[in-house]
Amino acid sequence: ADIISTVEFNYTGDLLATGDKGGRVVIFQREQETKSRPLSRGEYNVYSTFQSHEPEFDYLKSLEIEEKINKIRWLPQQNAAHFLLSTNDKTIKLWKISERDKRAEGYNLKDEDGRLREPFRVTELRVPTLKPMDLMVEASPRRTFANAHTYHINSISVNSDYATYLSADDLRINLWHLEVTNRSFNIVDIKPANMEELTEVITAAEFHPNSCSTFVYSSSKGTIRLCDMRSSALCDQHSKFFEEPEDPSSRSFFSEIISSISDVKFSHSGRYMMTRDYLSVKVWDLNMENRPVETYQVHEYLRSKLCSLYENDCIFDKFECCWNGSDSTIMTGSYNNFFRTFERNARRDSTLEASRESSKPRAVLKPRKVCTTGKRKKDEIMVDSLDFNKKILHTAWHPMENIIAVAATNNLYLFQEKVN
Amino acid sequence: MFVRGLKRKCFDGEEDIEGTLAGIKAIPSYNLQRQSLLDMSLVKLQLCHMLVEPNLCRSVLIANTVRQIQEEMTQDGTWQMINTQSTGQASLDRLVSTDILCRSSRDQAEGKHAPAFGTFNKDFESDQAQDSTETMSTASSVQAPRNLQSNVWEMENPQENKGNFQKSLDQIFETLENKSPNSVEDLFSEVDSSYYDLDTMLTGMMSNTKMGHCDSLETFSSPTNTASNSNCKSDLNDLDHIVEILVES
Repeated sequence: ADIISTVEFNYTGDLLATGDKGGRVVIFQREQETKSRPLSRGEYNVYSTFQSHEPEFDYLKSLEIEEKINKIRWLPQQNAAHFLLSTNDKTIKLWKISERDKRAEGYNLKDEDGRLREPFRVTELRVPTLKPMDLMVEASPRRTFANAHTYHINSISVNSDYATYLSADDLRINLWHLEVTNRSFNIVDIKPANMEELTEVITAAEFHPNSCSTFVYSSSKGTIRLCDMRSSALCDQHSKFFEEPEDPSSRSFFSEIISSISDVKFSHSGRYMMTRDYLSVKVWDLNMENRPVETYQVHEYLRSKLCSLYENDCIFDKFECCWNGSDSTIMTGSYNNFFRTFERNARRDSTLEASRESSKPRAVLKPRKVCTTGKRKKDEIMVDSLDFNKKILHTAWHPMENIIAVAATNNLYLFQEKVN
Repeated sequence: MFVRGLKRKCFDGEEDIEGTLAGIKAIPSYNLQRQSLLDMSLVKLQLCHMLVEPNLCRSVLIANTVRQIQEEMTQDGTWQMINTQSTGQASLDRLVSTDILCRSSRDQAEGKHAPAFGTFNKDFESDQAQDSTETMSTASSVQAPRNLQSNVWEMENPQENKGNFQKSLDQIFETLENKSPNSVEDLFSEVDSSYYDLDTMLTGMMSNTKMGHCDSLETFSSPTNTASNSNCKSDLNDLDHIVEILVES
């Protein structure tokens, strides 16, 4: 199994898509509740697997284009088939996943095995009939959106109009129509005329869930810009600029790096947005630009280890974050296969672990704790004992229920709220 | 079960012994720490991936860190490491107050230049021209000559040094942004002659211009020591494969 690079529930939560480093997409489907297996409700089983992207070679630059899937975004379902967008560094593809559980029998011109019948054997006409067959799930590429990005695509986001979507790379954001593959519109361009002057890149972008002309993008300097596409064709001028003033007492050489935002997500309500930087998660009210309304420390004990984390490149890890369906709880990952949830109203947070050893099927997860003082209590773990190779970068929350998907390197964990 | 993931290096332990003047000689001086951070950053910038495009965000963040250190160094002015006691005192003060604004105003009062830039700028630019496998040894040797020359600083114009440094950073960004079209001709010219020259392959004597593609081609060449026929054959097959790709493009 390959390293999982993205996890995403669809709009109903019945399907869960994962993308991996090898360019493959695996879709899981939630089992329907049946009388014979009452406990199986909530279990996700493999529904479809397909190769979305292949490795490519850019001949002009003599560089390999990785097939790793950076992001998957579902389209809302409009007919029996499911559609999703998947992207690697350079190319976005629209995939159609459809079921086939019937096949036609009794053709006139061909046999059951597909061979053409001899014309003189056709003595009468018959109407083909549909017969049931074993369920087959087919994935077929419907559109390929290519050659629009010079730099690495880090985000895609479907617009609430369900007809357009944006794709963002390090320096530019493009707007696409789902039906048109040979043209895209550039809506943000922060590339300086002189590349020597480059000091800031785009790290993430997302459309507003309700307002189809509004989107945000975050930067490596810890700022978020909200843009309105109605104001101009090129949204280089932002409508709102979100930045928290720096705390001068905690300034170090790593201040900028740890302020770089790795993910930005709107709340389902559209009133708030959440940003993830290296050490914290911040909730912003869209009406207030000068500071976030809530700040949650994910792993503050790492602040004194920044030099080592810079040395082993962990400081550049890009963690994602997600909201639950009601926007009451937020979740993000950490190291040592730990992930954190923060209940906003109750002001409660928890640290849980996604690993085989600590999670038996149907057993309640035990809360974990990292010891920051000298004395280690039982079941606590010292900061120096944390495994920095086991990082949880990608998590997803079911849109309606308390089911979460956690990607731990090449394993996918699904946890459900225990209902008594 | 849990692997010890961190090497305790650099100045991670400074918070623990903060404020203990008795331990001055045990604490690596602030300047040394900053210098090692700068060296580490420069090495990171130079180690661009060979076949896959380097991460632009990471490169920009590291370059900004380097720029920040450089700016602080030019404002600093105190480069002598002769008298460790006095600098230890001064560096401790700087450790306690991490506000850059406070530091810079104090150092403006001192009014000294940063003379050491001449040394490491030149090394930096020469590093750019060498292949990545050699940069590690080069980077570590940058530290050594500086220590040797601690008493003999070149008093160069800091503005000029800043320009040199900026040029070095620019070179990195150009490399990152686009491998220029000229490099394709370079590739072809190298492939035409040196790859089919067995002697050239065996001795690994290939000229390196831009780091990216030259290194990618080098990975398919045999290391200098091995001279067995089987190695040469497999390398030739690899090279044939590359030439096919290049010719098809």
